[in-house]
Amino acid sequence: MKREVIRCERLGVEIGGVSVLKGLSFSVAEGDFLAIVGPNGGGKTTLLRVLLGLQKPSEGVVQVFGAAPGRAVGRIGYVPQRLFFDREFPLSVRDVALMGRIALKTPFQHYGKADMQAADEALRIVGLSALSNRRIGALSGGELQRALIARALAGKPQLLLLDEPTASVDPEMKTTIYDLLDHLKSTMTIVLVTHDTGTVSRFVGRVLCLNCSMVLRENPSASPCGEAAQQVYPYPVDLLLHESRNPR
Amino acid sequence: MPDLFAYEFIRNAVLASLFASVACGIIGSYVVVKKIGFISGGIAHTAFGGIGLGYYLGINPLFGVIPFSLAAAIAIGLLSRKAKVAEDTAIGAFWAVGMAVGVILIGLTPGYAPNLFSYLFGNILTVSVADLWMIAVLDILIAALTWLFSKEFLALSFDEEYAEVSGVKTTRFYLLLLCLIALTVVILVRVAGIVLVIALLTIPAAIARVFSSTLRGMMGLATVLSALFCLGGLWLSWQLDLASGATIIMLAGIAFLLVHSGRSFISFLKAR
Repeated sequence: MKREVIRCERLGVEIGGVSVLKGLSFSVAEGDFLAIVGPNGGGKTTLLRVLLGLQKPSEGVVQVFGAAPGRAVGRIGYVPQRLFFDREFPLSVRDVALMGRIALKTPFQHYGKADMQAADEALRIVGLSALSNRRIGALSGGELQRALIARALAGKPQLLLLDEPTASVDPEMKTTIYDLLDHLKSTMTIVLVTHDTGTVSRFVGRVLCLNCSMVLRENPSASPCGEAAQQVYPYPVDLLLHESRNPR
Repeated sequence: MPDLFAYEFIRNAVLASLFASVACGIIGSYVVVKKIGFISGGIAHTAFGGIGLGYYLGINPLFGVIPFSLAAAIAIGLLSRKAKVAEDTAIGAFWAVGMAVGVILIGLTPGYAPNLFSYLFGNILTVSVADLWMIAVLDILIAALTWLFSKEFLALSFDEEYAEVSGVKTTRFYLLLLCLIALTVVILVRVAGIVLVIALLTIPAAIARVFSSTLRGMMGLATVLSALFCLGGLWLSWQLDLASGATIIMLAGIAFLLVHSGRSFISFLKAR
């Protein structure tokens, strides 16, 4: 049996008295590629924040690698939705990737040769080797997104959490990022928050549809994501269904 | 010029300028990239309560400033993070209350408060050898701590949420950074005074950022710029018989204006 990476049981989250997630139960096994879809305000980002230990659940049980969220530091790579930072921050692309190693270091340690190599390797995987000395603020939206993926990969994570990595990139870059994830899914467990209801079913193994009370589609190949998307989105959804490439 | 160094107070002033520039370059860079200029100004002004405390207790006012500004840094930091108070409201309240405490304590101190003006607006020519030692020790402490925790401070400045997710105790490091700002304020009080320190914490680093590609390079350049402003301002104030602290700040301010208007002019030319 595959190892369980994430387990949520009757998870509920309230923020400022408003129920954002309620009665959510699901589990993610090692090697899974799970997409979380749903309308804005459906709690997708909140769920990711719970898994990262940034948001405390108000009820239920959450375990990541068999421990409370926030305890599995160093095994999780995180790619935030969009990063608001100073475009003039004096920092190279390599320095940003290097930051992905911080979870593996104790406070007094400085980055060493192995860290540099891991950062360069991560930049190579996302195709940014040529830009590694460029200032981070000089990157385009798609390049920045790939730099943030490189930062997450530099720590050699077993679980990769991505929050709408394709939200601010053009269609071509979107395909590049999905191809990259498709390539990575054989080496790690991936959980992806996205609005691309059409594209995801081509790549992912499972789809979790969140609309406060959740709907879980265990197997998009047997019961296509589109059907679930129609249920959760309050408006017509553009559906492009593809033959699933990874029947479970 | 060389004969000036025959005077001990000139030698002390030059050394104090150089020491202060190191703290200024390092900590000022964090203040600029993390955009915490207002909170730093709040810590500096609250520290005036410490000056009052020093007068009241009859000790060197700088020894009053150290605990007072550290307490202010931690209190402002915690209040802005943990309490449900808007950060700028918390800072504004501390800013004024700290100064009020200083005014009341000085009022309660019998007799006349000598040199009060120099603590408010700086008088680098009054730096004593004892002050110099204190400045040097604080300098070493600031440099050592920022070197030890350079990767944590960098992660905190660039992307705090990611640092938190990566297991960095961000609140702790943020408070430590604010404490280092407080200690830098102590160093800079002699040079620029409580009211003017914020300019030295931001202007050299803000100019350095334009020309730097790494944070370390920015710190080095900010240190050099800060030393140029301090020594240049000191010399000008001597020549023109002006207040040293204010002259240093004016010099830095003019340089800041020139660099940024020059930059806008260049990008304007390029756009045409």
